[in-house]
Amino acid sequence: MDTFLLQLLLNGLIIGALYGVVAMSFVLIYKASQVVNFAQGEFLLIGAWVCWALLAQWQLPFYAAFFFTLIFMMAFGILLQVVVLRPLIGEPIISVIMVTIGLSIFFQALLKWIFGVSAQPFPPIFASATINVFGLPVQTVYIMSLAVSLAIMGAFAWFFKYSRMGLAMRATASNQQAAQSLGISIRQVFAMAWAISAMVSAVAGVVVGVVNGVSSALSVFGIKVFPAVILGGLDSIVGAILGGLIIGVLENLAHYFDTKWLHFGNMIGIAPFYVLIVILMIKPYGLFGTKNIERV
Amino acid sequence: MASISMRPCGDFRTRYADDTTIFPDRAGRNWVIVGLALAAAAPLFLDAYWLELLIRIGYYGIAALGLNILVGFTGQISIGHAVFFGFGAFASGYLSREWAVPVWAAIPLAGAWTAAVGLIFGLPAARIKGLYLAIATLAAQFILEDFFARAEWFTGGVAGSMAAPFEVAGFALDTPERFFYLVLGYVVVLYLAATNIMRTRDGRALVAVRDHYLSAEIMGVNLTKYRVMSFGLSSFYAGIGGALYGHYLGFVSVEAFTILLSIQFLAMVIIGGLGSIMGTLMGTAFMVLLPEAMDGIARGIEGSPIYEALNLQVGLNFLKEMAIGAAIILFLIFEPDGLAHRWRQIKAYWKLYPFSY
Repeated sequence: MDTFLLQLLLNGLIIGALYGVVAMSFVLIYKASQVVNFAQGEFLLIGAWVCWALLAQWQLPFYAAFFFTLIFMMAFGILLQVVVLRPLIGEPIISVIMVTIGLSIFFQALLKWIFGVSAQPFPPIFASATINVFGLPVQTVYIMSLAVSLAIMGAFAWFFKYSRMGLAMRATASNQQAAQSLGISIRQVFAMAWAISAMVSAVAGVVVGVVNGVSSALSVFGIKVFPAVILGGLDSIVGAILGGLIIGVLENLAHYFDTKWLHFGNMIGIAPFYVLIVILMIKPYGLFGTKNIERV
Repeated sequence: MASISMRPCGDFRTRYADDTTIFPDRAGRNWVIVGLALAAAAPLFLDAYWLELLIRIGYYGIAALGLNILVGFTGQISIGHAVFFGFGAFASGYLSREWAVPVWAAIPLAGAWTAAVGLIFGLPAARIKGLYLAIATLAAQFILEDFFARAEWFTGGVAGSMAAPFEVAGFALDTPERFFYLVLGYVVVLYLAATNIMRTRDGRALVAVRDHYLSAEIMGVNLTKYRVMSFGLSSFYAGIGGALYGHYLGFVSVEAFTILLSIQFLAMVIIGGLGSIMGTLMGTAFMVLLPEAMDGIARGIEGSPIYEALNLQVGLNFLKEMAIGAAIILFLIFEPDGLAHRWRQIKAYWKLYPFSY
């Protein structure tokens, strides 16, 4: 194994963990409120820009800025659900999809308008050092991003297994009417799902921002999330994490084969979509999804 | 979702023929004839700017009608319509450039070729539906966009390619006035064709697939056939629209066919009214005129404090994109049946005046 391949695999794992986190928050919304959120990438974008503005323009210390970003995203998620998505409950799926697509381009343009189109680097937060992993020099920010992803996944596991709210959300996902009859407020659960999803996505956005700088390219995560969730199964959180990791590694492998032998160019961006089509053809419910998709 | 059978109060139908007729009353037919006559006379009293807008409404309207057949009539969502539009534009340019096909023949051929490609991408649609199909077409958007950027023999790669101007027997349709009539002809023919397709057995089968696919199958409708056929039909319209676009501009580039255009097509269909043929044209006009109106307003307030405060010099383009998103959201929440429904209500209001409620 040459170091190039090893480097790419490591990149794949790190970016894949981030895909996993975003895919997880995507699945959270889908499971709780049956909404396919095409605006997931914009959640990352908004979180990263808000945090950047607090840090670079308001000169807040990082921890305060991060905290306020989370508060902001929570309010934003709840507001979005209440104002835009709630009137659409019971509407056909195409309307709901279209609304989130509308939200996606609305916020993307809004953020370009406010913050400009050029990428902005985060002010240095952590001393940039490199450490050796398997003989490869790896920047500490990458390790940090991996650690943050793992921490979020752990927190998710705890939340859904032990907390009251998490159990209520699982109950709602499993059977809405039964959950309602047991006294769970469906409205609260829906709003909560959007809030948590927005917050978690924002954390991922901030992490990517710290590593690569903030720009509208961040919303690519919202698109790459689809191969990940379809691979993992649309309603499985474990599947989302695994799907994210696999897609992350896979696109870097595609990049490796491409630069070595194929020379197509741009395989890193497009390979996941070929995978997506293939999965939809042969196994549309993914690795862990509930197998109730209607076939014709 | 809009259904064609939703009629305002006071509009009674007593015979089956009333349901299948194109024009429910004489006034409606007369208005269409008057509208056509006005459109045909438009180059006499409109300047090049307005003609250019009308041409744009024309070719986008044709492609949007294709999407409406797919989304509004068959209930299949597609987020990749722009690449089929683009494929038509490239195909027509390629046919006339490399194979020396005359442009008048290249346009329908490009439509047929795009339909063939659409059928291939429609095959997954035979197996999956709803949001899975949406995601599959999203993937098609990125895959075909990537193909356009690298297939230099076909599209000229990232540099783009030229499309020959429309010429019949040495008579070139190179001015907006002349090209306008070509687009108008295509719009009339294709809109009439779509109206008539929806009155046939096949058209009703498409609607049945949308309304309740299980019942449709029990009634003997071949689901796979009609789902794939709907994709082909929609791609055909997109291809024709794209070919007209290409020969009008004379230059086709990959950058025009991004996902934003796909979303704009969806916006046209939703704003116009899902499952409404005339509504598609209204929705297209809305989506084409909205940015122009914003341009006009921005020019009007140029130099004022508001203009400076909003930083419109740079911000206007972003504001236009935001307007697309906002239009989609607001229409879906407040007028999910689109402009066509609103238009029907206005007509009913005046028909029953002053006893409407």
